[in-house]
Amino acid sequence: MTHRNRRPRGTLTGRLVGALQDWSVPRQLRGAPGHAKAAESAMSRGLRPRLEQADRVGTSICPYCAVGCAQLIYARDGKPIAVEGDPRSPVNQGTLCPKGAATFGLMVSPGRLDRCLHRAPGATAWREVPLDWAMERIAQLAKRSRDESFVSRLPDGTRVNHTLAMASMGGATLDNEENYLIKKLFSAGLGMVFVENQARV
Amino acid sequence: MPSLGATFGRGAATLPQWDLANSDCVLVMGSNMAENHPIAFRFVMQAKQRGATVIHADPRFTRTSAMADIYAPLRAGSDIAFLGGIINHLLQNDLWFREFALPYTNLSTIVGEDYRGPGELGGYFSGWNAEGRRYSPESWQYDGVVVPSSLAEGYVEIEGFAEATRRLHEGPTPKDPTLQHPSCVYQILKRHFARYTPEMVEQVTGCPREVFLKVADAMARNSGRERTGAICYAVGWNHHTKGAQIIRTGAILQALLGNVGRPGAGLLALRGHTSIQGSTDIATLYDLLPGYLPQPHAFRPHHTLEDYLKVETSPTGWWNNFPKYYVSLLRAFYGAQATPENGRGHDLLPRIVGDHSQLPLTVAMANGVIKGLFVMGQNPVVGGSNSKLVQRGLAQLDWLVVRDIAETDTATFWRDGHLVRDGEMRPEDIGTEVFLMPGSLSGEKAGSFTNTHRLLQWHDKVVAGPGDSRSELWFTYHLGRRLQELYRASTREEDAPIRSLLWDYPVDEEGEPDAEAVLREINGYTWPEREQLASFNDLKSDGSTACGCWIYGGVFPQPGRNLARARKPDGPEGPGTHLGWGFAWPDNRRTLNNRASADPEGRPWSERKRLVWWDETKGEWQSPDQIDFVKTKRPDYEPDWSKRPAGMDALSGTQPFIMIPDGVAGIFVPSGLKDGPLPEHYEPTETPVRNAFHPGVEGNPPAKRWAHDLNPIAAPGDPRYPHVLTTYRLTEHHSGGTPTRIVPTTAELQPEGFCEIPTELARELGLRSTDWVVLSTPRGEIETRALVTDRLRPFRLGERRVFQLGLPWHYGWAGMATGDVANVLTAVVGDPNTGMHENKALTCALRPGRLARRGGQG
Repeated sequence: MTHRNRRPRGTLTGRLVGALQDWSVPRQLRGAPGHAKAAESAMSRGLRPRLEQADRVGTSICPYCAVGCAQLIYARDGKPIAVEGDPRSPVNQGTLCPKGAATFGLMVSPGRLDRCLHRAPGATAWREVPLDWAMERIAQLAKRSRDESFVSRLPDGTRVNHTLAMASMGGATLDNEENYLIKKLFSAGLGMVFVENQARV
Repeated sequence: MPSLGATFGRGAATLPQWDLANSDCVLVMGSNMAENHPIAFRFVMQAKQRGATVIHADPRFTRTSAMADIYAPLRAGSDIAFLGGIINHLLQNDLWFREFALPYTNLSTIVGEDYRGPGELGGYFSGWNAEGRRYSPESWQYDGVVVPSSLAEGYVEIEGFAEATRRLHEGPTPKDPTLQHPSCVYQILKRHFARYTPEMVEQVTGCPREVFLKVADAMARNSGRERTGAICYAVGWNHHTKGAQIIRTGAILQALLGNVGRPGAGLLALRGHTSIQGSTDIATLYDLLPGYLPQPHAFRPHHTLEDYLKVETSPTGWWNNFPKYYVSLLRAFYGAQATPENGRGHDLLPRIVGDHSQLPLTVAMANGVIKGLFVMGQNPVVGGSNSKLVQRGLAQLDWLVVRDIAETDTATFWRDGHLVRDGEMRPEDIGTEVFLMPGSLSGEKAGSFTNTHRLLQWHDKVVAGPGDSRSELWFTYHLGRRLQELYRASTREEDAPIRSLLWDYPVDEEGEPDAEAVLREINGYTWPEREQLASFNDLKSDGSTACGCWIYGGVFPQPGRNLARARKPDGPEGPGTHLGWGFAWPDNRRTLNNRASADPEGRPWSERKRLVWWDETKGEWQSPDQIDFVKTKRPDYEPDWSKRPAGMDALSGTQPFIMIPDGVAGIFVPSGLKDGPLPEHYEPTETPVRNAFHPGVEGNPPAKRWAHDLNPIAAPGDPRYPHVLTTYRLTEHHSGGTPTRIVPTTAELQPEGFCEIPTELARELGLRSTDWVVLSTPRGEIETRALVTDRLRPFRLGERRVFQLGLPWHYGWAGMATGDVANVLTAVVGDPNTGMHENKALTCALRPGRLARRGGQG
């Protein structure tokens, strides 16, 4: 410890000595006790858990496979800053697999889409369109396809109430409440029979 | 899930995942659990630490195999031969759990004398109609009793069906408890599987006899009063043209060993998507209404409400409650517009006319039948079989709406897809109008997922999603609202369903519907007061209750009590059923059929395997779980047949399988399965070898096929396609790849597509790892990198040596981790029960090099 007093402040040698002294490996090789202390450095002493910056924590469930790992989403200023396994869950007890641990990366992925895109028939590129325009156009197209194809009864009088010209795929990644509205609207409302999700694939 | 449904009564995992830790033997088969469900695999490892035997049977040696005590290699598509051999071993050596299986399964039930098995009829069960390529199940019925199916559709095409099932009111099914009757299920089973000798197992599966017998012994050893075993499976069992029967074989095995309804016992179906169980329960599937009620069918006796209820209501067992669930669902769908005049809304529902599942949907698209398609969180260009047929179909559409979190391969088929890449079409020639709309993730919206063991868990909205991203709840609600507006003035009869839809969900200031309001409707409430119902026991068939999915009844029993949001796990000293964490359907029961964890007298089979028991003083069943039985039904209760009992009154106190009309597990299934009452080994549709059991009948006879120019099938043994190909998943990627190929960490860990190639084959072809290879089938060709490995070993099948190749199927052109689309190789062929494809076992050719491409890319 005496060499610290001899250290000429500010010189190149001094900074080098300081850095070497701060380097944790020689300390660990000398068998310094305690994992935390032995690994400490000037930088790590200043580190704080990212989670401390959160102004909100909410409960969530992993969006990948069907094991159903519980997660905690930490957010600051309305943006996610970390996603961790929920230690209370009897399913995952705080753990997450490589996919589940990537949930934060998924939420903030540069690949996330944030605008509606439209590709006109024969076009070679997308164009951005307003959400409201897309919704109205889709409603009109759905009505047109349904009206052009709807069959109330077969020639022998058998009731069918359906359209074979519209189809839907997806659901296994969605919420129960979403699946319920999809089935209710598409099947009970519009008479679509080609309603399928990934349960078979 | 017709297999578990037909055998045990419900098509769902029978045990919670954490209960695997209580198992004495875990067989993982049709699954690479350590890599694809790693968090659930922790419970298998906990069991192992407590002394359990862990077995992995799989075509590939994986990390699951590495952690197992026994690894049994088998050729892809030979699972029934493997499991059938174990059943034979148990029966021949009397190693099954007689005290359990005799009262709790239909082993003693007598089958009609017309039944014949494939061993007697050259590869076919009795009732085969060669012209229609389908079976009539008449000869599979019990002696003198027609039994309704315990699957969603109870109706079975048998003349005078409804009347014939009324016999169930008159007395128990015919039985011979001595098991001597030549037509009792036990004798039929024994004859059927006698052909599955260890020699035959070795010849068909390629698994060495001594390894196979080790597995059989381990399973037998861990059965009985004191011990239990569990089976974990995933789509490695489903994705075959006989997938339902593979699972059936596993279910029969568990029924014989007493491994259902007990701690550490059962079958755990490991599903791939976060709410795939939920989307089957509340089915966005063509043939199911929410709660496993059948979608009305134009060609079944479903014309009026009365017709439909008559054939779909089981005389006996729990499904006798069917009318309450159906009429309440119609009330939830149509509200005040569900009237006695329109059959409580039955007349408004669409009728199916055939198979409208994903494979025929693909064909209908390619044939120009379908004009508009919604795709919500799915990527069928990567995940759908015969991807070029899928893409051809997308190019035929008038319009396509893709809702997802990123630009998917499906959304960009017109720009980057195989039609354009292979020079078959230019974007300018593709007339499809495409919308790509940003979707939300859990955490950006509130709602519930149902996990692989029936557990509903709520997720909160914590943050807002990016930009114009919206939930599917928002999209569907507002699309419905706009359509109701567009149809408001219509007076046409055909527009009555959309105008009649009850669609009045409250929205917040951003227009987002209240997901809890939807869950309250799913749970059920009184009509018209809309007071929450505590359970499905409160539902009525007179229109005075509304319920969106009866099996979820109780999840929202009172205003403000959303039990999917419950977060109270048991402490370390607790019973470990975790009834305070989430809500498991039905009625928060964690282990299904748990009455079977007690002996017929109502005592636990052993202290070690205690779960449910009869308390004579209290006059009710006791358990740290919710009881999957009538709580006050005495173990010695017998139906009074002089009163023609119906429903649960017709089941005795020793019949734990309440969803099955005769209350016992269906080892032999008289009704509901399309390809036989017992499982039989058939080869995959594309196979390198003949069927050793009955050469000439190679594949499953009623397997679904769709003739299409773009869907040619290789004949059995076609020398141009000598190798077995099996597709699989990686830890770091998810299904169609969208939610992992756009994430930097997962994309970096598995950056590019590849094919696993056995070392011996690579040597013959002069291949080294990272070399380019081309795989081809009659549907198409793809190029990818070679990964040469000993994990896939060649099999010697009779005189032949057969190589297997393994191909991850997550890749496409979108995102950061890319690769050619594996499903370009696969075929549109399906299981006759589920319509599932056969991507786990097909044949292919392999050559070094790259594809010749237009544009000189290589």
